[in-house]
Amino acid sequence: MAESSKELIVRSIFKRNPIALLVLGICSALAVTGQMSTALVMSICVTLVTAFSSLTISIVRYQIPNTVRIGLQIMVIATLVILVDQILQAFFYELSKQLSIFVGLIITNCIIMGRAEGFAMSNPPIPSFIDGIGNGLGYSLILMSVAFIRELFGAGTIFGYTIFTTVSNGGWYVPNGMLVLPASGFFLIAMLIWLIRTYDPEQQESQ
Amino acid sequence: MHYLDIIFRSLFIENLPLSFFLGMCTFLAISKKVKSAVGLGLAVVVLTALTVPLNNFLLNTVLKEGALGWLGQPEIDLTFLGLMIYIATIAAVVQILEMVLDKFVPALYNTLGIFLPLLTVNCAILGASLFMVERDYTFLESTAYGIGAGGGFMMAVILLAAIREKSEYADSPKGLRGLGMTFISAGLMAMAFMGFAGISF
Repeated sequence: MAESSKELIVRSIFKRNPIALLVLGICSALAVTGQMSTALVMSICVTLVTAFSSLTISIVRYQIPNTVRIGLQIMVIATLVILVDQILQAFFYELSKQLSIFVGLIITNCIIMGRAEGFAMSNPPIPSFIDGIGNGLGYSLILMSVAFIRELFGAGTIFGYTIFTTVSNGGWYVPNGMLVLPASGFFLIAMLIWLIRTYDPEQQESQ
Repeated sequence: MHYLDIIFRSLFIENLPLSFFLGMCTFLAISKKVKSAVGLGLAVVVLTALTVPLNNFLLNTVLKEGALGWLGQPEIDLTFLGLMIYIATIAAVVQILEMVLDKFVPALYNTLGIFLPLLTVNCAILGASLFMVERDYTFLESTAYGIGAGGGFMMAVILLAAIREKSEYADSPKGLRGLGMTFISAGLMAMAFMGFAGISF
C-alpha cells in the first residue's frame, strides 16, 4: 500500500465510491437528503466518525484479539457517535431533532465498519485516517448531490434560501412534488450510479 | 386493537426499508434470490422481536432518568449511554441466538446462520430500537412494534428479490445493470407502499 495520501482520497471519492460502487451506507444517504442542511450535517458527522474511528482502530490494531474485533470496533464507533450526538444536541438542537434517529444510526453505517475492517486493521494510523476522510468525502459527495437536486427542484430552495420562487409564493416555478417524497432518493441514486458507471465502464456489473 | 394498529403501521405504513430506508445495505445486497431473502427476512423478524422489547426493558430499568430508583439511586440519568447499550444488546442477542440455534436447531441455523452476524450492524435492527425509544412505547407495545418492524422488512426484501429474479432477464442499459436497476425497482416499491399512508384502525 504505497499510495500517496492524495491517491487515497481521490480513489475513495471517485474510483471506489463507498455508495455507488460498494453499496455501503445507503440508509442514511436516502433518508436525510430531503434538505441540504441536514445532508451537510450528516456528511460532516459521518466523515469525522469514519476518520477518527479508522485512526483509533489502526492505533490499537496489534492489541485487538481477532475473535472480538467486531465488538471492539463497534464500541469505538459507538463512543464516537455518542460524542457527535451529544455535541449536536448541545449546540444544534433544531438540526439534531430533524435528524432524529439517523445520527444514532451512524453506528450501523456500513462505511465506517467497512473501512475499519477492510483498511484500518491492516494499515498504519495516518493512511487509515486519510482513507477515512476520503471515504467520508465520497459519501458526502453523493449525499450533497442528491440533496441539492431534491431541495432545488423539490422546493426551489438551497440551504433554505429561495432560488426559484415557487408558484404558491407568487413566483413562476412549479415545484416537483415527487422529489420531496423519500422514494425519489432511490431514483436519483440510480441515476448517479448510471452516470458514474457510464463514465467508468470498469465498474459495470456483468450478468 | 391498539397493538394490532402498531403492527399494521410498522408493517405497511412505516415499513423500515421502504419508507425510512433502514437496513438498505443488506436489503440491496441479499435480494438476488428469493430463497436467501426468506432466510434473511426470518432472521430479521426474530432479531427485532427479541431486541426491541429487551432494549425497552433496559431503558426502563437502567437507563432512564430515575430508572435506577430500585438501586436507591433515583437521580442518575444514563440516557446518553443508550446507543452503546442498544448495540451491545443487539450484538449479544445475535451471538446467543447463533449458539442456541447451532446447538438445538441445526436445520434453521443453516438457513439463518450466515445472516445473523451480518445483522449486528444492520440499521433496521438498531433503527427499530431507536424508534421504540423515540416513541416511548411500553413493553407490550414495543413487542408488537418489534414483530411488525421485522415483518415489514421481511415482506419488502422478499418482494424485491422476486422482482429482481424476473428483471435479471431484462435488457437494461449497461451502466444500470445490477445495482442501478435494483434501486429503481426499490424506488417504485417505495412509491407503491406510500399508498398505504393514512390507513388506520
